Amino acid sequence: MAELAAHFTLALRTFELELGLRTARTVALVGPSGAGKSSVLRAVAGLARPHAGRVALGEDVWFDADRGVFLSPDRRSVGLVFQEYALFPHMTVRRNVAYGGAARVDEYLERFRISHLADADPGRLSGGERQRVALARALARDPGVLLLDEPLSSLDTHTKAAVRVELQELLHEFALPTILVTHDYDDAAALADEVGVVVDGKLRQLAAPHELVANPADTFVASFTGANLLHGVAEPQSDELTLVRLESGERIYSTDRASGDVGVVVYPWEITVGRDHRADDSALNVVRGDVRSVVHVGSRVRVRIGPITAEVTAASADRLDLARGGRAVATFKATGTRLLPLAR
Amino acid sequence: MRRALTAVAVFATAALAFAFLLLPIVALFTHQSLGALVHQLSNPVVTDALVVSAKTSAVAQAAILLFGTPTAYLIARRRFPGRALAITLVELPLVLPPAVAGVGLLVAFGRVGLLGSTFGALGIDVAFNQAAVVLAVAFVASPLYVRQAIASFEAVDANLVAASRTLGAGPERTFFRVVLPLARSGLAAGAALSLARGLGEFGATIMFAGSFQGVTQTLPLAIYAEFDSNFDVAVTISALLVIVTAAILLSLKLTALWPSSQRTSPSLFARLSSS
Repeated sequence: MAELAAHFTLALRTFELELGLRTARTVALVGPSGAGKSSVLRAVAGLARPHAGRVALGEDVWFDADRGVFLSPDRRSVGLVFQEYALFPHMTVRRNVAYGGAARVDEYLERFRISHLADADPGRLSGGERQRVALARALARDPGVLLLDEPLSSLDTHTKAAVRVELQELLHEFALPTILVTHDYDDAAALADEVGVVVDGKLRQLAAPHELVANPADTFVASFTGANLLHGVAEPQSDELTLVRLESGERIYSTDRASGDVGVVVYPWEITVGRDHRADDSALNVVRGDVRSVVHVGSRVRVRIGPITAEVTAASADRLDLARGGRAVATFKATGTRLLPLAR
Repeated sequence: MRRALTAVAVFATAALAFAFLLLPIVALFTHQSLGALVHQLSNPVVTDALVVSAKTSAVAQAAILLFGTPTAYLIARRRFPGRALAITLVELPLVLPPAVAGVGLLVAFGRVGLLGSTFGALGIDVAFNQAAVVLAVAFVASPLYVRQAIASFEAVDANLVAASRTLGAGPERTFFRVVLPLARSGLAAGAALSLARGLGEFGATIMFAGSFQGVTQTLPLAIYAEFDSNFDVAVTISALLVIVTAAILLSLKLTALWPSSQRTSPSLFARLSSS
């Protein structure tokens, strides 16, 4: 598997985008709107020309400022899926998919479950269907790199959940170096092996999702990534609750319904930290563990207890005398959790 | 009561306005019997002028499309210093009095003009021949096409162009398979407008090309030439031009309707995907 290596400096309207990454898997770039995330994709695809740096896929050099190399987009092996999909409105679904590579169109129409739409006009499709057409069109070219610009943001909430699962399977199946851009940390954590936080054109931190939550590089990353993501297997119970057995052994209850492999999302501020579990506490989930880290983030303190990161005030942290190596109890309600499906 | 009076007054005003606009056109067809009108069509002055107009308009229109399309595409796609000035210059012939255009063409390309001696040395003579008619028509009519073409190219979503490039299509394939089909109805409308304007061209042509029957005498020039000598012929040519220009206007209206009913339309989806 060829590795995508990109580091470059690109002048944008109000600031300079400066970024370096290297991956053979899926990297999600997250950050606020206007942080320059989409420009990263444009630079990798060759739609924008950086003034310094290098972009290469394995041995293929696409851009090298020092050697004056700049391949135009049509000479780069990329599949770019635009935010609004950019389907050609004057072509049928079939002709859209065949535009980049006509060899295996039927196979791709089949794979993306759009065979029945082959002769349809893109303007008449639903958001989810349009996205499948755009993905099929980009992948039918057999690209070496996949670039996804906000793949979920144009979809309604209902469609979004289903499409996220489809995307997970797709990324796993094609196993291409992929950069996806999103402003939603949950989407990034669910889809990518590594998440990069981009603010004002700079990559603040690039790490695995759980690593970002546990050890945020700065307060921005901390506030942006916020959530705990715990992997486990869900089992619906009879009482409207879902039991999740975590990989670390704990049992978590959630009011979200799910089954199979899931990610449990708990925000640190939903979690109460104590020395001992009080019997009168209504919280269903109790995790006992060693205090693995105590990080001060402004006036608050992030405490890692076992697999969970909780956030408490500096005063509480002092009162509880929390320190690395001690024991503590994290409790949170079933209603404070969210379950996200994960694909294997 | 007062309300009813107002309504009647409004209708009467509108009817007067319509009558004012329609009456001269109707009169062109009622001035002589229809038989006489058809008979006049075989008058050599009429047939000669028709041939000159058809030939020069066709050549001028081809030149306008050939040179105007790349120019418009360049202006629409590129951001360069002086772009607004370039657009203004392209539009200038639209507002220029035709007589000024005629004199301008003479002092630029005429025998005593700026490029006259250069052209002369090359054996090219463009004053008072059909090449002069083509130049006059192209000069006056091209801005209508180029302006419309710029707007049509600008309306093509830049993301569609980018998508085509990332799908392996070079600039030429992208232009012919994405940009041109999407701008097509707008370009056709611009071409129809410039064709109609070119067919009616009078001032610049008579000054720069003269009015020689069978050579430079186009339909509008023939009307003017026959005005004193044979008025019925002038009326006949006028009626002919009404029919031709009305046909162009009608086809223009039909092109404007296409986007809402045809699959080639960029309209709704392009707007959605560019927002």
